[in-house]
Amino acid sequence: MSAADMKAADPPVSVPRAPEGAESRPPKSVTRKPRKAGALLPYLLIAPAFIAIAAVFVWPFIKTVIMSFQDVGRRELWSGSAAPWVGFDQFTDILGDGEFWDVVWRTIIFMVVCVAVTMAGGLGLSMIMQRMSTWVRLLLTAALVAAWSMPLLVATSIFRWFADSDYGVLNMVLTKYLGIDAQGHNWFLDPKQGFVIIGAVVVWGAIPFVSVTLYAALTQVPKELEEAASLDGASVPGIFRYVTWPVIKPVFQMVATLSVLWDFNVFGQIFLMRGNKPEPEYSVLGIYSFEKAFESNSFSQGAAISLITVLLLSGVAVYYLRQLLKIGEVE
Amino acid sequence: MSTSTPQVYRPDRKKNRLVYNVLGLIAFVLMAFPVYWLIISSLRPNAEIRSYDQTLWPTSITFDNFSRAIKQPNFGTAIESSLIVCGVAVVVGMLLATIAAFAIGRFQFRGRKFFMIVLLVVQLLPPTAMLIPIYIQLNDLGGLNEYWGVIVIYLVSTLPFATWMIRGFVINIPQELEESAMVDGCSRMSAFWRITFPLLAPGLAAAAIFSLITAWNEYLLAYVVLQDNDKYTLNVWLMNFTTSRGIDYGALMAASTMIAIPVVAFFLLVQKYMATGLTSGAVKG
Repeated sequence: MSAADMKAADPPVSVPRAPEGAESRPPKSVTRKPRKAGALLPYLLIAPAFIAIAAVFVWPFIKTVIMSFQDVGRRELWSGSAAPWVGFDQFTDILGDGEFWDVVWRTIIFMVVCVAVTMAGGLGLSMIMQRMSTWVRLLLTAALVAAWSMPLLVATSIFRWFADSDYGVLNMVLTKYLGIDAQGHNWFLDPKQGFVIIGAVVVWGAIPFVSVTLYAALTQVPKELEEAASLDGASVPGIFRYVTWPVIKPVFQMVATLSVLWDFNVFGQIFLMRGNKPEPEYSVLGIYSFEKAFESNSFSQGAAISLITVLLLSGVAVYYLRQLLKIGEVE
Repeated sequence: MSTSTPQVYRPDRKKNRLVYNVLGLIAFVLMAFPVYWLIISSLRPNAEIRSYDQTLWPTSITFDNFSRAIKQPNFGTAIESSLIVCGVAVVVGMLLATIAAFAIGRFQFRGRKFFMIVLLVVQLLPPTAMLIPIYIQLNDLGGLNEYWGVIVIYLVSTLPFATWMIRGFVINIPQELEESAMVDGCSRMSAFWRITFPLLAPGLAAAAIFSLITAWNEYLLAYVVLQDNDKYTLNVWLMNFTTSRGIDYGALMAASTMIAIPVVAFFLLVQKYMATGLTSGAVKG
C-alpha cells in the first residue's frame, strides 16, 4: 500500500512476444464436462478475490469520490455524524491555493528527473551488462539483487545517514577525497539539494528492476542482425536506432510508464528522509494529501487531492493498461 | 574464435571489453555501497559511527549495536506482529490468487476480461489515495488497531499482482494433463489440485515472495492503522531509533540488517523461480 510496495507489487514485466501456443486450446474434446455443470464454477472461483478487491480498492475509491464532495473532519469521523455536502468547494479551494500548484510542479519535476535518470541509467547498465565479462556481470547482478531486495525503509535510513551533516560519509568523501569543503554541510536545508539525496535513493532503488528487465529484453535482440548491420558499416548509434531499439521498445515503454507511476506517487522516501514530518518545501502530492488528511484533520481535502492525483495520472495509467493488454493480448 | 565472418565485428568488441568491465565495476561499487555501508555500520563501535571523521573501512568490529537494537522495547512483539500479519496475508493471498488464476486461466466465461482489467486497474491507484478511505472504512468496521485490518489490506493489495502472475503459469501448463486425469475419473477441481497445482510450484514461489516482500516492507499503513506499541510491525518499530535527540545510527543499521536478512534470504532462495515467473508470467500476459 505504500510507494515501497509498488516496487514489488506491480504487474510483471513483459518481454517481447514469445511464440503463442500454450494458450490455444485444442478442439473441444469429449472429455470436457457438460457446459452447464461448469457454468457457475469460474464465478465461484473468482468470487473471493473479486469481493476482497472490491472491498479494499473499489469501495474505498468510490468513498474517496463521495468524501471529496463533503466536508469530513475529525468530528464527523469519530462521531459518525453525517458530513455536510459542499459540492465542488474542496476542489475549488485546492485548485485556488497557490501552495497546491507549487506542490504539483514540484511533484512533476521530481518525477521527470527521477524517471529520466532511472531510465538512462537502467538502459545504459543493461547495455554494458551485455558486453562485460561474465564474472563482472555476476558481481553486478549480485549487487542489483541486494539493492532490489533492500527494504525501502532501510535504504532510506542509509541514504539519510550518507547525507548526515556531521557523521555522513558524503561530506567526508567530498572533503577528504575531492577537496571540496563540505564539513558539517546540511543537505536538507536547501530543498534542491535535499531532493538530490531523495532522488538518489529513489533511483538507486529503481535501477535494479529497470536494468534487469531491459537486460532480459536485450537478450531477445538477434545477435546476427547487429553483426550484419555492423558489417554493412552501420555506426553504433545506427545499430541501436534501427536494430536494437525496435525490439526493446515495448519493454522500455512499459518500464518507463511504471517508473512514472512510482515516482509520481513517491511517498515513503520523503516521509522517512524527513523524519515523518516533511517540511512544506518537501511536499509532493502524496505527502500533501496525507498531511491535509491526518495533520489538518481535513479528510475531505486529503481525498480531493488524492482524486486530483489520480486524474493527473490517469493518462499515463490508460497508456500503461493498453500496453499491458496489447502485450498480454488477452485473447 | 573461428575464422568465420563475424571476426570483422568481434575484434573491436574484445578491445572494448576492458572498458565495459571497468564501467561494470564502477556500477557495482555504486549499487553495492549502500549495502556495504549497512553491514559494516551495524558492526562498527559507536565511537566510530559518531565520529566526525568517517572512514570507509571499520577499524574494529563489535556486536554492541545488535544487542542495543534487540534490547529496544517491543522487539519481540514487533517480530511477532510482522510474522502474523505477513504470514496470514501471504498464505491466504496465495490461496485466493491461485483459484482466481485457475478460473481466468482455464475457463472462458462472461466477465472474464472485465475481471482481468480490474486486476490491472486497481494497481494504478496511488497508495496514498487509498489510505484515507481505507482508514475511515476500518474505523467504521472496528478494524483500527487490529491485526486483521492490516492483514486484509496487505492481502488484497498483493492479490491482483499474484493472480496475474500465477495465471501466466497456469496457462503454460498444458490443459491436456488435467483432461487426462479427468478421463481417469477426477473431477475438474481435483484434477487441478492434484495435477496442475504441484506444477505451479515455481509460480507460487515467485508470487509468494513478491507478496511477502510487499507486506514485509510496508510501514505506512501499519503506522496509521496499528496504534499500540506492542502491535507495531518491525518497520514501524524501526522508527524507535529516530528520536528528537537524534538518530542512533548504529542500532538502526543493526536492526535494519536483521529486518533485511529474511527478505534477502528469501529473495536469493527463490530468485531463480522469480526470473522465470517474471518472464513466463509476462510473456503470456
